[in-house]
Amino acid sequence: MRIHFKTSYHHDIRLFPDRWTFSVYGTLLALAFALPYLIGEFYLGEVTNVLIWAIAGLGLMLLTGQTGQASLGHAAFLAIGCYANTILIEQGVPFIIAFPLAGIITGFVGLLIAVPVLRLHGIYLAIATIALSVLADDIIVLTEHWSGGVSGKFPEMITIFGFEIERWSMPSRFYYLVLVVTIICTLFYRNLLRSPLGRAFAAVRDSEVSATAMGVHIARTKGKAFGLSCMITGWAGALMGYYAGTFNNETFSLVISITLLMMIVIGGLGSIHGAFFGAVVVAFLPQALSILKDNVVGSGVAIPGLETGVFGMILILFILFEPMGIYGRWLKIRTWFELFPFARKDMFRRQKSYLKTERLR
Amino acid sequence: MEVLQLLISGLANGCVYGLIALGFVLIYKATEAVNFAQGDFMMIGAFVSLGLTNAEYMNLPFWVAAPLTISIMAVFGYLLDLFVLRHLFGQNQTAVVILTIAMGFVLRFVAGIIWGHEPQTLESPLALGDIHIGGVVLGLADVAIIIVTFLMTWFLYQFFQRTKLGLAMQAASQNQMAAYFMGIPVKRVQGLIWGLSGATAAVAGILFASKGAIDPNAGLLGIKAFAAAVIGGFGSLPGALAGGLIVGVIEPFAARYFPAGYSQIAPYALLLAVLIFRPHGLFSQVRVKKV
Repeated sequence: MRIHFKTSYHHDIRLFPDRWTFSVYGTLLALAFALPYLIGEFYLGEVTNVLIWAIAGLGLMLLTGQTGQASLGHAAFLAIGCYANTILIEQGVPFIIAFPLAGIITGFVGLLIAVPVLRLHGIYLAIATIALSVLADDIIVLTEHWSGGVSGKFPEMITIFGFEIERWSMPSRFYYLVLVVTIICTLFYRNLLRSPLGRAFAAVRDSEVSATAMGVHIARTKGKAFGLSCMITGWAGALMGYYAGTFNNETFSLVISITLLMMIVIGGLGSIHGAFFGAVVVAFLPQALSILKDNVVGSGVAIPGLETGVFGMILILFILFEPMGIYGRWLKIRTWFELFPFARKDMFRRQKSYLKTERLR
Repeated sequence: MEVLQLLISGLANGCVYGLIALGFVLIYKATEAVNFAQGDFMMIGAFVSLGLTNAEYMNLPFWVAAPLTISIMAVFGYLLDLFVLRHLFGQNQTAVVILTIAMGFVLRFVAGIIWGHEPQTLESPLALGDIHIGGVVLGLADVAIIIVTFLMTWFLYQFFQRTKLGLAMQAASQNQMAAYFMGIPVKRVQGLIWGLSGATAAVAGILFASKGAIDPNAGLLGIKAFAAAVIGGFGSLPGALAGGLIVGVIEPFAARYFPAGYSQIAPYALLLAVLIFRPHGLFSQVRVKKV
């Protein structure tokens, strides 16, 4: 067992608690950069997909896992990021400016929406965000002049100072682009958690009353969380547009919003690892299911709704038996080994509480 | 005449939304959770009644099948609470929300496997016949929906206000610990409310299936019912009905008088407006806590 003897505040907020963790993540990073030389183009594309979902997951995780505000409308922000990026590039803005700008625009829109919406909480917030997600579809159709409406849009080839990147013809270059964005977002997220703002997020999540007592401005903090969350989601949306190759009003539907929320729950709410684990499940589940189906009932037999059905069942099992998600399970296993033989079952017991109504406050 | 015709068809649609919204409100009133799968409950109820009634399945008479469907769905709701939702007792309500969304996915998948994805119609006596009143044509199903919905709302309202069990359900949601102290078996009460909302969903399902074809995605109607419940104010039964009627009436009028494309937006725009200006709905139950 490793013991961290902390003697100063800086020890407490270090990026890596010790050399071992540093080397683990260093190895992971080296592996990620070497990946195009290790696996084929098909699987590289799948890994790229995982990374894009992970960025989107990080965005939602910041809001739901960190600040405790469930959003069922993040597909709308994926859409805003995607359309903003494509439209900016069509207007002749170079990618290197358009891409960050797309995220910032999305974050700004998120902030604007957050001002009225975040006065709501719990169930009402979830429903308001559902309405956003449904509205996004219709608004894209109505603004056909800019968005291409039902016929959709095709993102142009990415050019960074004359260096061309394309999803289909050069998958490894696209992979590196996504990887760099992933690393930037992850570091941003990780550093945010070390900052006062990140702590304020967690305080709002755990108890709004205590947070107020500690001098955290609830509405402002929630607004910032919404804006930052939408910014990251917007970048993921822009990348998703490139990955899909074409998109229209139906690409970013309510189902995507729900999948995104389910993904971070399966991965483990409130952790960076959770977003990545969840992304692996979401991205590989369709492939795994189709392989399984071909072997069991033979190829060519279509079972509509199979993916969402199985996804729903996995989710139910997780909520019932492992509410902390894949990362929570991993933590439990790790702790068991670290403390062997002193680990106890009740170490991870969740606090249960009696419910009081939200209505008659 | 045209306005009246639009109004009546809007009311009939609104009543279906209202019936689903009643299911939401029942569960919200008694457990503080929101059942995002209520629309899918309705879909399952519709398919169960279809499976019992239609000639190619069980071929029972409609008036036997309808009560049978309602009891099956009530038992289904109770068992669902017993085996699944009770595990989450005492945990954050967000977990219940996510669980019910997942349940909706699974129910849609199961219904697709059992009954297929082709739209089917219920062979119901309500589906036949129109009533002509002075130039306005009313479907028999529409009239039945409106009457049954108002009766259900009245019945449930009385149930919550007057009966011991209804009061126990309200107590169980307002403060669980105090409810336990008063000797209310909170968990069993919650199971009963899930059963009751299953029965409500079955009624909605039977009426909806009498009105038109159903397929496993019919449950997505639940999203509009959400809008209805929120507009009315979650936690108020007459509010749910009023919200349903508002959404139902707005739709045909928006489709008729607004330019194409804007009409689908209308219910959701109204929903957002209500949430922003009157966050707890028109029939709000939230009072500010006095310290």
